[in-house]
Amino acid sequence: MKNTLLCGLAIMLLWSACKSNSTDKKALPIYGNRTPVTKMVNGKQVTDTIYPTVSKFATVNQYGDSVNNNSLNGYIYVADFFFTTCPSICPVMHRNMLNVYSAFKGASNLKIISYTIDPKHDSVTVLKKYADKLGVSGNIWWFLQGKKEDIYKLSESYLVRKPEEDAKQQFIHDGSFLLIDKQKRIRGSYDGTDPKQVDQLITDIKTLQTEPDEMTAQ
Amino acid sequence: MKWKLTAGIAVLVFIIFIAACQSEGDLEFKRYYTSGALVYENHCQNCHGANGEGLSALIPPLSDSAYLRKNATKLPCNLKNGLKGSITVKGKGFDDTMPANDLSPVEIAQVLTYIGNSFGNKLNTIDEQSVQKNLLDCK
Repeated sequence: MKNTLLCGLAIMLLWSACKSNSTDKKALPIYGNRTPVTKMVNGKQVTDTIYPTVSKFATVNQYGDSVNNNSLNGYIYVADFFFTTCPSICPVMHRNMLNVYSAFKGASNLKIISYTIDPKHDSVTVLKKYADKLGVSGNIWWFLQGKKEDIYKLSESYLVRKPEEDAKQQFIHDGSFLLIDKQKRIRGSYDGTDPKQVDQLITDIKTLQTEPDEMTAQ
Repeated sequence: MKWKLTAGIAVLVFIIFIAACQSEGDLEFKRYYTSGALVYENHCQNCHGANGEGLSALIPPLSDSAYLRKNATKLPCNLKNGLKGSITVKGKGFDDTMPANDLSPVEIAQVLTYIGNSFGNKLNTIDEQSVQKNLLDCK
C-alpha cells in the first residue's frame, strides 16, 4: 500500500517536471561572469549589469574584404575555429555547420564566421577555394584570416579552449560553435561535432531572432 | 543395404563439411566487418561521414563501388600512406589530400571489408594476406 502511494507520488512528480519543461519557453542564458556597475543617471543611483562581450578583431574574409567586429553590428552570429587542412574534427564540424547554413540561407540578420587558426597556410585564396568546394557562396558564411596571435587571443573572449600546437606541429583546438547576440554577448555554446547539439543551435537561433533588440539581461 | 547406409553417411558428412566451410567463411566476413566498423569510426568517419557520404567537393563519398573495385589493389597503400592528386569519384573530381593513417595490415583489411560492404557496396571480404601483398607494391 505504502509502496503504491510512493510510486504514484513519484510518477506525479516526474510528470509535472516533464510538463513544466515542455511548456516553459525560456530566454537563452548569457554566458560569462557578470559585473555590477553603479552609476548616476539623472541624479539617481542605478546599478547596471555588464556582461562580457566578444573582443574586437580585424581579419579578411574569403573574398579579400576586411571584416572586423563592426562588420557584425546588428547581426546574430555563429562562430567557430578551424583550419582547412584539419584531419580530425573540422570536416565533421563543417558538415554540421552546413545544416545551419542551409537553414538560414535566406536570413538577413544572421552570419556564420569561421576563424582559421592556421593563417600561414589558409590564405584568402585557400579559404575561397575551401568555401567553393564546401558549396558556400554569398555573404552569410565568412571564412576569416587574421594574425595568428590575435586569433588565439580572441578565442579566449569566446570562452573556448585556446588553440595549441603539439610536437608534430598539429593544431589542437576546440570544436565548439558559439552563438553570439546583437550585443556581442555569448548566448550558447554547442559541440560542433554532435549533430543533435547543432539541431539545438538551430532552434536557439530561431529563439534569439524573436528576442527584441532592446531586451536587457535578466 | 550396408553400402546404402555408408553412402548415406558419406553424403551427410559431405553436407556437414560444406555447411561448416560456408559458415567459416561467413564467420570470417563477420569478424572483419564488425572490427572494420570500429576502425572506420575511429579513423575515417570524421571526414567521410557516418554514411560514407563525404563532404561536398572536399571529401569524396565511399559509395562508388566501381571505383573501389577498379582500385582494389591500390586501396591498402592509399589508406596507409595517404592520397594526393586528383581522382574522380561518382563522376566528380576531388583534388585534396587524404592524410596517412597509422593502421596495421589487419586493420586495413577490416576497414576495407567494412567499406566494401556498406553504403550500398557489395564486395568480397578483403583479408589480411591480400592487404600485406598489396602493401609490398606501394609506391
